[in-house]
Amino acid sequence: MSTQNIDHNDDGETRRDFLYLTAGAFGAVGLTSFAWPFLDSMNPAADTLAMSTIEVDISPIQEGQSITVVWQGKPVFIRHRTAAEIEQARSTDLKDLRDKQVDSDRVQNEKWLVMVGICTHLGCVPLGQKITQPKGDFGGWFCPCHGSHYDTSGRIRKGPAPKNLTVPNYKFMNDTRLLIG
Amino acid sequence: MSGGERAEFKNPVVSWIDERLPVFSLMQKEYGTFPTPKNFNYFWNFGAIATVMLVLMIVTGIVLAMHYTPHADHAFGSVERIMRDVNWGWLLRYLHMNGAAFFFIAVYIHIFRGMYYGSYKKPRELLWIFGVLIFVLMMAAAFMGYVLPWSQMGGWAATVITSLFSAIPFIGEDLLHFLWGGFSVDNPTLNRFFSLHYLLPFVICAVVFLHVWALHVTGSNNPVGVEPKGKQDTLPFHPYYTAKDTFGLAVFLLFFAAVSFYTPNIFAHPAHFVEFNPMVTPPHIVPEWYFLPFYAILKAVTFDIGIPFTDVVFVSAKLGGVIAMFGAVFLLFFLPWLDNHPVKSARYRPLYKKALLLLVVAVLALGWAGAQLPEGLPVLVGQIGTAYYFAFFLIILPWLSKNEKALALPKSISAAVLEENKSKAQTTTGTAT
Ligand code: HEM
Ligand code: FES
Repeated sequence: MSTQNIDHNDDGETRRDFLYLTAGAFGAVGLTSFAWPFLDSMNPAADTLAMSTIEVDISPIQEGQSITVVWQGKPVFIRHRTAAEIEQARSTDLKDLRDKQVDSDRVQNEKWLVMVGICTHLGCVPLGQKITQPKGDFGGWFCPCHGSHYDTSGRIRKGPAPKNLTVPNYKFMNDTRLLIG
Repeated sequence: MSGGERAEFKNPVVSWIDERLPVFSLMQKEYGTFPTPKNFNYFWNFGAIATVMLVLMIVTGIVLAMHYTPHADHAFGSVERIMRDVNWGWLLRYLHMNGAAFFFIAVYIHIFRGMYYGSYKKPRELLWIFGVLIFVLMMAAAFMGYVLPWSQMGGWAATVITSLFSAIPFIGEDLLHFLWGGFSVDNPTLNRFFSLHYLLPFVICAVVFLHVWALHVTGSNNPVGVEPKGKQDTLPFHPYYTAKDTFGLAVFLLFFAAVSFYTPNIFAHPAHFVEFNPMVTPPHIVPEWYFLPFYAILKAVTFDIGIPFTDVVFVSAKLGGVIAMFGAVFLLFFLPWLDNHPVKSARYRPLYKKALLLLVVAVLALGWAGAQLPEGLPVLVGQIGTAYYFAFFLIILPWLSKNEKALALPKSISAAVLEENKSKAQTTTGTAT
């Protein structure tokens, strides 16, 4: 057989090298696949994933008011915007934006702005939900951790954050009920 | 480490064991007769001090863990219970809390000693690398420990620091959910941090073992940075340095005890005594003091890096800050190759000495800037400090390695010691007349 020839040529070294390599490769693949369950067990578990939707009654929120609800352990900002805020958000020139997005792409109904209230820099909760809190230089939200300013559409305008506040999946079930997730 | 030569022991039990497993011979060789340069100053105490602090952290930690509950709903309460109801619980927690701070004080001085006297240079590069590895593991352990009481400051520190990983392009978000075990810092995060916080100190012990092993292969450096040339330059470790280390340790522990008993919360922040609320970030979050210089480097990058006057961005401010912060620690691993000037001790390198002392000033300034709100002067100080930090390692050290003319080195440790004594004698007679 041909292997015998090779064995003779190389004093049997080739066959042995081949066996070493295959055994090593199988061992490496086996160990790596064995590591997977250990690593994947650290990913979000089934019950964590299951807490994925909430329903919110938005009828009590007056114009100019905001509420914060908890979704997947994260704060979600729901703001009933004033006409002035809507106007400010819509008239902003795209070239002034770091993360370019028009206001109409960020809302389903322009009166209601729904966003995850987590600064896209390093995850603090921006201020601006309460009347007494600072709203930053652009009348929206201000993150105190490293000074990010968001506008009335929740878009990043100044400071270290790279992205606009995230808009989660949501839908209006009727005029007063909102389903998030 | 192997069998090797064995010492003679009078005690028959010791002798019996030593014949079968030569642990006593080993101790005798490595800590008894071990030849140690005779000119150490007190900077050489801090390795031993750090080791004692590590042991203290493990002992207090294990007992704390018997009373602590790693669950988001109970962690804060269980730590309060430790403080109020558990016998001596306040003592255990204050020793552990302030122990971490004093551990870092000892290690920072230890690192400075290494840099000042060139202890990282050939043949001690690997010894230095193990040291930097210990420093990195310590930071990880302390960071995760700080999260365990589930306080406002700890929880938000965890949020901000883990969110650093979201700066990594493409996989950042998934990696973050993997680290958290969910979609925010929550119970799964607390659980794994407790598991790792328990584990890491023992990993540190293992690396300390390698660090000390490497030390005992090359032997210690010393303040003049000239290797011992023979017996006349060294002393046996015991009793000379066991005594000196014990004295230094006692003084250090005096400070540690004074803080732990009289001002135990001096390093703590008020928001560390309020339970974690994931819906409200405290108005000003700061990490523990020992992370402040690195935190300032993170905050110093406030600009995107890309093609000027266009929207093309290669590295966002966020990613840039993260790279700078991790880079600042990572650079330390390469110190032996960034500075390859043949002279070790800063005593004989006037320019290096100035540059290094300026680095200390820069790091202290960064520490101050790291604790301030990111507006105005602190940002500027942070940026200047960061620029100097990187310039020191990447420009000044390589340049000095080629161009600095060192002062004349003493012929040996003994020659240096005699010289020093002579000049001391001269000044005393000088004042007498
Ligand atoms: C490298 C050594 C260690 C360092 C630097 C370290 C650091 C810390 C820090 C900074 C805290 C927060 C203290 C506070 O603010 O209350 C902490 C808490 C804690 N650590 Fe450690 N630790 C170490 C070793 C250990 C070990 C070996 C254990 C054993 C299980 C342990 C168990 C705990 C527990 C249960 C807590 C929560 C109770 C408390 O907050 O006092 N630690 N650690
Ligand atoms: S987390 Fe908001 S600015 Fe850094």
